[in-house]
Amino acid sequence: MTDQIDTKTMAEQPQMDQEARDAAKRLETYEFGFHSDIEQEFAPKGLNEDIVRFISAKKNEPQWMLDWRLKAFRLWQTMEEPDWAKVGYPEIDYQDAYYYAAPKQKETLKSLDEVDPEILSVYNKLGIPIAEQEVLAGVEGARKVAVDAVFDSVSVATTFREELKKAGVIFLSISEAIREYPDLVKKYLGKVVPQQDNFFATLNCAVFSDGTFVYIPEGVRCPMELSTYFRINAENTGQFERTLIVAEKGSYVSYLEGCTAPMRDENQLHAAVVELVAMENAEIKYSTVQNWYPGDSEGKGGIYNFVTKRGLCQGARSKISWTQVETGSAVTWKYPSCVLNGEDSVGEFYSVAVTNNRQQADTGTKMIHNGKGTRSTIISKGISAGRSDNTYRGLVRIGPNAENTRNFTQCDSLLLGDECGAHTVPYIEVKNPTAQIEHEATTSKISDDQLFYAMQRGLDEEQAVALIVNGFAKEVLKELPMEFAVEAQKLLAISLEGSVG
Amino acid sequence: MLKIENLHAEIDGKKILNGLSLEVNAGEIHAIMGPNGAGKSTLAYVLGGRPGYEVTEGSVTFDGQDLLDLAPHERASAGMFLGFQYPVEIPGVSNVQFLREALNSQRKYRGEEPLSGGEFLKLAKEKAGLLKLDMEMLKRNVNVGFSGGEKKRAEMVQMGILDPQFAVLDETDSGLDIDALRTVGEGINSIMRTPEKSVLLITHYQRLLDYVKPDKVHVLAKGRIVTSGGPELALQLENEGYETVAA
Repeated sequence: MTDQIDTKTMAEQPQMDQEARDAAKRLETYEFGFHSDIEQEFAPKGLNEDIVRFISAKKNEPQWMLDWRLKAFRLWQTMEEPDWAKVGYPEIDYQDAYYYAAPKQKETLKSLDEVDPEILSVYNKLGIPIAEQEVLAGVEGARKVAVDAVFDSVSVATTFREELKKAGVIFLSISEAIREYPDLVKKYLGKVVPQQDNFFATLNCAVFSDGTFVYIPEGVRCPMELSTYFRINAENTGQFERTLIVAEKGSYVSYLEGCTAPMRDENQLHAAVVELVAMENAEIKYSTVQNWYPGDSEGKGGIYNFVTKRGLCQGARSKISWTQVETGSAVTWKYPSCVLNGEDSVGEFYSVAVTNNRQQADTGTKMIHNGKGTRSTIISKGISAGRSDNTYRGLVRIGPNAENTRNFTQCDSLLLGDECGAHTVPYIEVKNPTAQIEHEATTSKISDDQLFYAMQRGLDEEQAVALIVNGFAKEVLKELPMEFAVEAQKLLAISLEGSVG
Repeated sequence: MLKIENLHAEIDGKKILNGLSLEVNAGEIHAIMGPNGAGKSTLAYVLGGRPGYEVTEGSVTFDGQDLLDLAPHERASAGMFLGFQYPVEIPGVSNVQFLREALNSQRKYRGEEPLSGGEFLKLAKEKAGLLKLDMEMLKRNVNVGFSGGEKKRAEMVQMGILDPQFAVLDETDSGLDIDALRTVGEGINSIMRTPEKSVLLITHYQRLLDYVKPDKVHVLAKGRIVTSGGPELALQLENEGYETVAA
């Protein structure tokens, strides 16, 4: 018997749930629905080769990068938007959007003090004070979080660069990396997600605005969690982030990506591409908390989120782990995947997807087993409320040469109310008879027994729902780094507010 | 402390309680016995405020307030605890997390300061000790994988931690072996046997009453109290059966 319970695990910290509910109470509508008016510099509306050239020129890109973009743009013009996902939205007019917006370039910044106070205040409203992050990092024993703040497509502040540099870690905006490490970028860009991969990825290749580049040298364990906060902040500005992470032999990195967006009336298109490469014995842990504006209760406004995320386990015994908590966006189309080429490499996908009101999510993963002894785990928790639609779509493919592979898939759906939908669409393709595949799926409703039990102990209805839902999602939430676990719990409570009763 | 007058209640249009009246004073333990289908669990749920149980007539006053006017969590915060016949599993939520959140929510409702993690664990350890429940059990998820007896003991640990004024215990003795029955009985006494607190024990059998001596025993049949008496009534029921006594 012990009387010490580890209060460090987030599940044992009820005060965080309390914070979450307090936050939920404050929030009558979308809490992050404010608008800051930093002067924008727009590319003209529409999309053509000139716009692609404009973006490239704006970023002082070398010729090879412009050529790469133009090649993608020409490809894209021949492609058609995919329609196989279980989502519906009005036709997107790609000529009626802006493809570049950046805060006006100031002098090169030496410290956060030089950052536009408007921008800093936006982060403060979001509860992500960068300045405080730096102070926190100075505290002995405090875990350090490096924040590469992407503000409307352009990095405006990068912190902790010195310490990372000491470790040999490269952590830059992708635009900077293209200028400073062109050989590395050239070597890996588009290698995991090829230019012709899919309509949205190809569009991203042509017009990506900015993003992040991370390179972990051989044998280096990245000394801090790397974290990037995205924020969409210009009306009608599509966001086309591009992230590339390369982990050399025996290295390790944990990368956090979190997002919130202000309220908008018009739908905003977001088509990001994330590529990960893990060499022999390397491990990449990629965590996302996504809370973009989901639209109002009638489905008006909200972000269209068409993302291509893929990791390549190139080396033997490498490992890539995706963890995502998706509560935002009007439409989500997202399948973070692992290509397991290295022998005994490991792919993991842990997901919580919450949909409420009119939200639609079609999300899941692909585990492509090419190497011998490769293993993958998929844990997907879908929570549907309101009149939303929540689909898990996943592919497990075992190639002919992949001996002795294993996959375990578990898809659980929780329904709140009786007007929402939950769907599970697993695709399993096995071309090697030695494979072991397990698939489990459950669908349940939040039970009246549980609700009454929790309420009889003193929790009000919203607290009770938040508690039960957090319990349902715990297997995934425990995979998140501490910094995100708290935020994720809050988001679940906020997202489901008013969905029962 | 609790005054029930002419209570009528139904579920899905089916009448279950038909003019039940009962008064329990502070410091008293009352037992309610009765055959299956008499309305014992319905009474417990009505007092707890379970949705779906509709009161069509009558009143319930608790500590001077109209109990029926309060939401379930407000009743809990006012000091009403319901020990469930079938404690509910909550996957992914540990007992510690559940109870600390519940207790602090009640305290907030009553305008009291929340307990810190350390204070809570000390309290939980003390109450778990009373019921001979290993603290390790409290780190596990609420009732998940618990045996019938463990669930009932955990239920009593919850009662100890939440420290209610009034407890309605719905067949807390079912599923307990003879040692567990003694432990649970002693637990109820040490938590609830004070001049300020009261208990309504709902049970089929007299055996729990060997450990928890009731001040009064009532027989419930067809939705109302048909006869009342002292502890000897329970023994009489055990010997003669409900049909004779409740007739």
